[in-house]
Parts: sequence; structure tokens; C-alpha cells
Amino acid sequence: MSEAPSAPTTVAVGPAFAPARRPRRLGLRIGRGLVPYLLLAPAVAVIAAVLAYPLYLLGALSFQQYGLFELIRHEGKWIGTDNYSTILHDSQFWHVLLRTVVFTGLCVAFTMLFGTLIALLLVRLGGFMRLLLTSGLVLVWSMPVVVAVNIWIWMFDFEFGVVNYLLTKLHVGDYVHHDWFENPRTGLIIIGAIVVWGAIPFVAITLFAGLTQVPSELVEAASLDGAGPLRIFRDITVPILKPIFVILISLSIIWDFQVFNQVWIARGGQPTDEYFLMAIYAFVSSFRIQQYGLGSAIAVVMVLVMLVVTFVYIREMVRIGETQ
Amino acid sequence: MRPRRKRLRRIGINLLGLLVFVIMVFPVYWMVSTAFKKPIDILSFTPDFLPSPATLSNFDNAIHRPHFWSSVRNSLIVVVAVTLFSMVLAFLAALALAKFRFYGRAAFIVLIIGVQMVPLNALIIPLYVLLSRAGQVDKLTGVIVTYLTFVLPFCVWTLRGFMLGVPRELEEAAMVDGSTRFGAFVRILLPLVAPGLVATSIFAFIQVWNEFIIAYVLLQSQEKQTLTVWLAQFTTLRGTEWGPLMAAASLTALPVVGFFLLVHRRVAFGLTAGAVRG
Repeated sequence: MSEAPSAPTTVAVGPAFAPARRPRRLGLRIGRGLVPYLLLAPAVAVIAAVLAYPLYLLGALSFQQYGLFELIRHEGKWIGTDNYSTILHDSQFWHVLLRTVVFTGLCVAFTMLFGTLIALLLVRLGGFMRLLLTSGLVLVWSMPVVVAVNIWIWMFDFEFGVVNYLLTKLHVGDYVHHDWFENPRTGLIIIGAIVVWGAIPFVAITLFAGLTQVPSELVEAASLDGAGPLRIFRDITVPILKPIFVILISLSIIWDFQVFNQVWIARGGQPTDEYFLMAIYAFVSSFRIQQYGLGSAIAVVMVLVMLVVTFVYIREMVRIGETQ
Repeated sequence: MRPRRKRLRRIGINLLGLLVFVIMVFPVYWMVSTAFKKPIDILSFTPDFLPSPATLSNFDNAIHRPHFWSSVRNSLIVVVAVTLFSMVLAFLAALALAKFRFYGRAAFIVLIIGVQMVPLNALIIPLYVLLSRAGQVDKLTGVIVTYLTFVLPFCVWTLRGFMLGVPRELEEAAMVDGSTRFGAFVRILLPLVAPGLVATSIFAFIQVWNEFIIAYVLLQSQEKQTLTVWLAQFTTLRGTEWGPLMAAASLTALPVVGFFLLVHRRVAFGLTAGAVRG
């Protein structure tokens, strides 16, 4: 899977006598020790300025009253935990949270399900079909979100959308002039479909790459012992691929929990309450009703929820990084 | 009997593969095919599945809309600036991580991975407040600096992976031969890491080209907006003209698709690097 640059095959190695030992001064040695820090400094400075400070500011804003007036004056008014008690006592907040959790859960479940099935299919396909399907997946993967959303709302257009035409033609039902977004539930299902469609390729291709590294002797031995394909998948494939699964699932949760663009663009920049997911809710609270403090409090809750998942992801990544 | 059954099975699996391919690719196909259709064929209750007769009028319409070219130019400025800066910064940081052992290294690695997980959507509010304080709202510079941070961590992480792929012995051999550390760096490491640099910068390019929400919030005037913002407002501006919209969408996706085909393996590699090798 890795395509690390290959080393040139011929390397002139000099005669193997020990290099003359140069006398080193103390100052030089300390200078050497500073090199890695100097190399890191610019990157750290940028990350601190545009990430760490805003993160701090997000926390600070969530304890302030910060409306249009404060925005112009560049100074908020400290109001303690008022913003938090406002949202925690707001039934809309809980609805949005619940909706976002369900939305995320379904998106991740379907992404992983289809991604895994397609990966298993890829392993079994012949050379040409495998190349074709992989290319198709990469094509889908490369679609910018804004483009993808526009394609899907066109396919699901109530008048001339191809989906309504096909469903009617296939006698699934009468879908002539059926408006999918009128009912927020089906609307969100379509938005979820856009998310899943865009996320499948990454999962499928990554898992496929992992599957090719499952030792075939293990699989053969198991099938000689009479294990069925499901048993093999559960007892051999899954345990070996567990690190990949953990990473893919936590990444998917993190990505899907903060879905914004798909809803925003599909609803033409004016989603109604029923379409609010956490990111949209925080955004609307800040930029539409100009309550930046309140919006920040919502965003902080969002970050905290995701922190748990992030922790799992980082632990897995660091563990892999160590063994590398 | 046996081999025949096996062959049937293989045909079945390949047919299934074809079906999955068709379902997955259809939306992309539908975009392109709509883009080439005549307006009258688009607004039809029985859609044609082939764009015949094909026309370029939708593309013509799309690129002659107000602010198309300024959006392309803005996107290019932002993309080039972010890619250049992030490559230089990421290269230095990756060098430190891959080639030096130092106190705080592990902490920095955790920081780099963790930072990628900070939801950008949550940071828009403070970034907006911050940039409005600095008078950088509605300026490309504000957007460039913002993008830099969310591209940087991934670039550092990926480049580090590429650098680890260069065998230490090569550099040591060069140094034994009398090169200085810097000489070894320029003659051995740099050429070997070059493909990694290209791949990583293409990744940065794609990320920035596709980004929507930051540009949407920070760039308010139409002369400043980037291509994705322009595209997203296509429909809301004057009703829905599907043909030009799909043509514009195809044009937006085109450079990304081209570049992505070159590097997708490396992107997957960067996100889950070494996950199976364990």
C-alpha cells in the first residue's frame, strides 16, 4: 500500500575506515540540539496563531455576551455560564443534538457497511473489473462536496429529476412531482445519502488495501477446517484489520458529526429548523441571529462530544506511529 | 460440474461489480451528461440518458456569468499561496520529526494528529471575530492564513512518512564519503522525497480548492469569492438553470479529478499510514 520512494539500487559506499573524529565544542553541540526546534518553530507558530488561539477564544466567547454591538466594539461582556444554561434549557438544542447523533450513527453505519462490502467485492473481482470499479470509486472520491450536493439536488429535483422518473418507471410508486425535501425526514435521508456516497470510496479503498495484506494461508487453513466465509470474516479478517476499522470508524464519526456543507447548500443557504444539525445550529445562532457567544457555547459542546472519539483515534494513530 | 459452477460464480461476482460501479458513478455521469445537453432536453419529463445532440452552450453560459473568472482567479491565488507556504513549513517540521530525536517529539506528534480533528466548523466563529478585529474579513489573506493551519498538520504527517521511507544508511554513506550533513540532505534526501512533496502539495491543492464554509463566511463581496462559493450561489441567484449549473460543477471538479487520480493512493496512505504493517 505504501509507495515510499524507492532507493536507487547502486550506492557507492566508501572505504570503511572510521571517519576522523572531529573535536566538538560544547557550543556546537548545544547548537545541534536546537536544530529540530528551529525546524518546528514556524509550523508551531502558525498552528498556535490560527488554531490554538481561536480555540481559546471559542471557549472565552462561550462565556460572553457577544452580539453585533460587541463585534463592532471588539469586546464582549462576561456573563459566566449564561449561554450554557440558555442552550441546556432550550428544547431545540436537545432535539438538534439527538438528530445529529442519529444522523451521524446512520451515516457511519451505512458508510462502513457498504465500504466493507465493496472492499470484499474488490478482492474477489477479476483484474479488469477491479480496475474499473477502483477508478469509479476514485472518481467519486474526488468530487468536491459543493459539486456533489449540486448533482444530487438535480437528480432529486421534484420536476425533472431523474430519480423520480426512474422510480415511477420502475413502478416503485407514483413519484411524479414528488418533492423529497418537503418532508425534512426524507430530505435528511437524501443529505445522508450524499454524505455516505462521498465517504464510501475512502473506506472501501482503504479496507481493500488492508484486505490484500491478510495472509492467504490463514484463510485457506480456515476454509480447509470447514469455516464458512462469514466465520472467516469474523474470526480472521476483522481481528487483523481491527486497527484500520478503529481509525475509519472514528474518522467517519468525526467527519459526519460536523456535516455542514451538504445541508447548507442543499437547502440553498436557508435550512429550516427541522434541518438543523449541530454545525448548522451553531452557525445559524452566530451568523444569522448574531449571537456569537451562544453559537460558541454550542460549538464548544460539539467539540466536547467529539473529543471522546478523537481520543480513540489519536491513541490508535500514535500506537501505529510507534511501531512504524 | 465443479469448474462450471466456479465460472458462473465468477461471472456473477463480476456482474455485481459492474452494478456497483454503475450505481456509484451514475451521479457523476449524470452531471457531465446534463452539462452537454440542450436546455430543452434537460427540462423534459422523460430524460434522455445520452446527451444527443450534444452542445457546449451550457459551458459557454457558465463561464460568461458574472464573477466566474474572478472566482477562478481568487481560488488560484489562495490555492497557490497556501500550497507554497504549507510545503515549506511542513517540510521543515517533517524533517525535524523524521530525522531528529528530541525532547517533546512525541507531544508534537500527538498535537499534529489531534489538531486535524478539531472541527473547523466550530472554529469559524472565533476566526471570524478574530479576523474582524484584525480587519482581515473579506480579504484573501485572512482566508489563506486560515487554510494554512488546517492543511499543515496533514502535510507534516504525510511528509514525515515519506522521509521515514528514505533509508538512513544512504545518508550515512554519503556522510562517510565526505559530505556534510547539509550536502547529504541536498543530494540524497531531497531527490528521494520529491515525489512525496509533489503528492502532498497536490493534496493541499485539492483541500483548499474544495473548501467552502470558511470562504463563504470570510469573503462577503462577490469580487472576492472563490469558485466553490460562486458555485454554491449559482442556484440561489437566479432560479435553477440545471444545464449551466452542471457545466459549472463539471468545470469546478475537473482540476481536482485530474490531480486526485495522481495521488489518491498516497492520500489513503497518509490517513492510515502503516495500519496493517504492525
